[in-house]
Amino acid sequence: MVTPMPAADLHIEIRDLRLAYGTKEVIHGVSFDIHRHEILGVIGPAQSGKTSLLRCLNRTIDFTPGTHVSGTVKVDGQDVRKMRNVFELRRKIGMVAPLPVGLPLSIYDNVAFAPRAAGLTRRAELDALVEQCLRQAALWDEVKDRLNSLGTKLSGGQQQRLTIARALSHQPEILCLDEFSIAIDPVTTMRIEEVLKELRKSMTIVLVTNLTQQARRLADRTVFLWNGDLVELGPTEVLFGDHPKDRRTYEYVQGIFG
Amino acid sequence: MEPTRPDSGHFPVRAARRARWAVAGERALELFIRLCGYSAIVFVLGIFLFVFKEALPILTKEEFTLGEFLFSDQWYPTSELNKRYGVLAMIAGTFSVTALAMVIAVPFGLGAAIYLSEFCPPKLKETLKIVIELLAAIPSVVWGFIGLTVMSKLITQYTGAPVGVNILNGGIILALMSVPIIVSIGEDALKAVPDSYREAGIALGTTKWQLVFRVLLPAAKNGLLAAVLLGVGRGVGETMAVLMATGHAVHIPGGILDSVRTLTANIAAELGEAPAGSDHYRVLFLTGVLLFTLTFVVNLVADLVVRGIRKK
Amino acid sequence: MNADAQTRFTETPRVRRKLRQEALAQWIFATMAAAMIVPLLLIVGYLVVRAAPSLSLEFILDVPRRGMTDGGIWPALIGTIYLVFLSLAVSAPVGILAAVYLNEYAQDNWFNRLINLAVINLAGVPSIVHALFGLGAFVYAARFGYSIIAASLTLAIMTLPVIIASTREALASVPRPFREACWNVGATRWQTIRAVVLPNSVSGILTGVILQVSRAAGETAPVMFTGAVFFKAVQRGDLLPYYLDEQCMALSMHLYTISTQVPGVKESIPFATAVVLLGLVLTVNAAAIALRVRLRSRKKW
Repeated sequence: MVTPMPAADLHIEIRDLRLAYGTKEVIHGVSFDIHRHEILGVIGPAQSGKTSLLRCLNRTIDFTPGTHVSGTVKVDGQDVRKMRNVFELRRKIGMVAPLPVGLPLSIYDNVAFAPRAAGLTRRAELDALVEQCLRQAALWDEVKDRLNSLGTKLSGGQQQRLTIARALSHQPEILCLDEFSIAIDPVTTMRIEEVLKELRKSMTIVLVTNLTQQARRLADRTVFLWNGDLVELGPTEVLFGDHPKDRRTYEYVQGIFG
Repeated sequence: MEPTRPDSGHFPVRAARRARWAVAGERALELFIRLCGYSAIVFVLGIFLFVFKEALPILTKEEFTLGEFLFSDQWYPTSELNKRYGVLAMIAGTFSVTALAMVIAVPFGLGAAIYLSEFCPPKLKETLKIVIELLAAIPSVVWGFIGLTVMSKLITQYTGAPVGVNILNGGIILALMSVPIIVSIGEDALKAVPDSYREAGIALGTTKWQLVFRVLLPAAKNGLLAAVLLGVGRGVGETMAVLMATGHAVHIPGGILDSVRTLTANIAAELGEAPAGSDHYRVLFLTGVLLFTLTFVVNLVADLVVRGIRKK
Repeated sequence: MNADAQTRFTETPRVRRKLRQEALAQWIFATMAAAMIVPLLLIVGYLVVRAAPSLSLEFILDVPRRGMTDGGIWPALIGTIYLVFLSLAVSAPVGILAAVYLNEYAQDNWFNRLINLAVINLAGVPSIVHALFGLGAFVYAARFGYSIIAASLTLAIMTLPVIIASTREALASVPRPFREACWNVGATRWQTIRAVVLPNSVSGILTGVILQVSRAAGETAPVMFTGAVFFKAVQRGDLLPYYLDEQCMALSMHLYTISTQVPGVKESIPFATAVVLLGLVLTVNAAAIALRVRLRSRKKW
């Protein structure tokens, strides 16, 4: 199913990943690869295991009691489930959750939190980094004069961009966005989409989205998950074209079901 | 073969490392946190073991039998010739006072809980809850003092009883002490009944009276049971108030105007006079073991009941 | 049609009866609530009236005189303050950290369920059993003797479960997504707790600890057999009269003693002692409640 890639291009390797909450299996043996510097769109209806997949990737699934994971997920050739330093792993991966979460800290501290936790203490470097991340998240101009006010007091759309800035703050190699545009307006969404195209030059992006058109606009390749199974993975043009390999893909992207 | 990164200028975070002392300090602190968490078990076991250890030697003595301890009302710990260690009278005392307290406190406490949760205007409710919280804070020795002075005077005046410190007095005092617990837990239980039940009841045209008795009480019965059990737990374990308010007669009571002595009050009254290591001293510790077990069971059941509600 | 609607919504005897029932229900339950609260307010008022002849600053600052039948309560008050602060110095850190463990670290397994069970049961242990434990463990086994140390440790173990419970409640009020956001960027559990959880629950934790000040101040049985004494000669107004390895007086025990054990005490003195103890406890409690109300209105999210 997956075409072999040159090793240098292989960034994340998922093999026969299964995940169960208690006795209920929600991902049933999914295998695919993610290439370096691509935008991979992940589409599928609700409950298809998209978010759980991301949580397996950075091992925050560990925090949910009663989960059982099998199979392998490799990042840069290392099995994440055998990694001893999960914090290192999580810093490699920027994660943007569907609902914006501004931490009850100042805007500056929201962004500087991860670098500080990683051990970066020099003020000048932190200042530069905070500005860079807020600019990348298209938030800098709106908040540059009130970096000391609370992150939780921003509007929903601003908080979502703050979340993106925070995900970029630890300079990840992989950026995962989980339905990031739910809480923000179309104009901001477009601005962030432009940013993503730019960021793609320096990182791999996994874009989980309910909006199939968003995947169509941005993704190089797209994977269609349905009920915990991988239905189809291929170049975006093919999935969204008239002749994807699987009928269900055609029906889903054309809005016939889902 | 590192792939080229067009924008790979400068990655201070990737290069950053946490200081070694910070990591080590965090490890040490987390270990300490873990130990504090475990300490609760250590304390509970410690309490049981220490109290049991002090009581143990008496259990192996020939002239002492557990049956006599539990089922005899003969308590002569300081007699020269005929020492007797039966706590049945004290058990009867504890149960009579606690039972009377519950008879008074349960209807009133639950009534107050129903009023707070169903009828009370919100502003008044805030105030009443604070008042109830303050009532819960009144120290038991002050309650005992109230029983000894105010309540005993009222009782001799109105019932004609020769002494005012008796079961009635202790029961009333204990009831007043248990009410805050019963009200606050009972109110939580009623709050946990979904509003849809109330709406359904009102839509069918029931009066609030019917709503309370036909819908809310059955729906909240577990929580209310837990409230009552916790009240019982408090009553059985209460010391100073009953020590001061129930009088000191070691006998099985015949009516609510009799003075009694409870298990807790017995320990409090005699521990100071019992020489460490004497049989008397050990029997008092054995009474402690009995109390520990009693309250353990009551609280455990209450907790299971509460947990049962939360799961639903 | 119109007439039909009118008959439908007029007060029939049945409706009137229902309304009467409704009013009656409200009245009955309100009376029950009042029956528990009003007598208490009357009692407290009565205590204050009876205490009035002795209540003065002099009463608080003076030492007991003439075989405790006259004078003030200074040594007992200071003793209580010693016991309360020493016991909280032990139980607050241990209790708060234990709550952090249970709420932030503990996975849901049998062992941690056992800890929870232990906390609940520790809270239900009767105070006189704590006294027995303190006597057996601290006075005799640990060889502290009858002392402030032994009494404070006994009180500390007694207040521990309540501090754990209130701290857990405060920690649990910090929403979980905040924690997840921190974990997602590679923060350790402790970094998350330090940066986000503790700063936003500290007010709740503090309230719980303050409430324990009032509880510890009122306890009698646990200190009676471990370190509190009937009488101790102390200078009037002396702020540091006790060493930690000796016994002290305590306000709660002083009230018990003068109202039951000492004959011929001036009539208003036990009342005044009760009022001071009650006032102390209620003031601290009211302060904690006020703090809670104030902080609740200043939420950061």
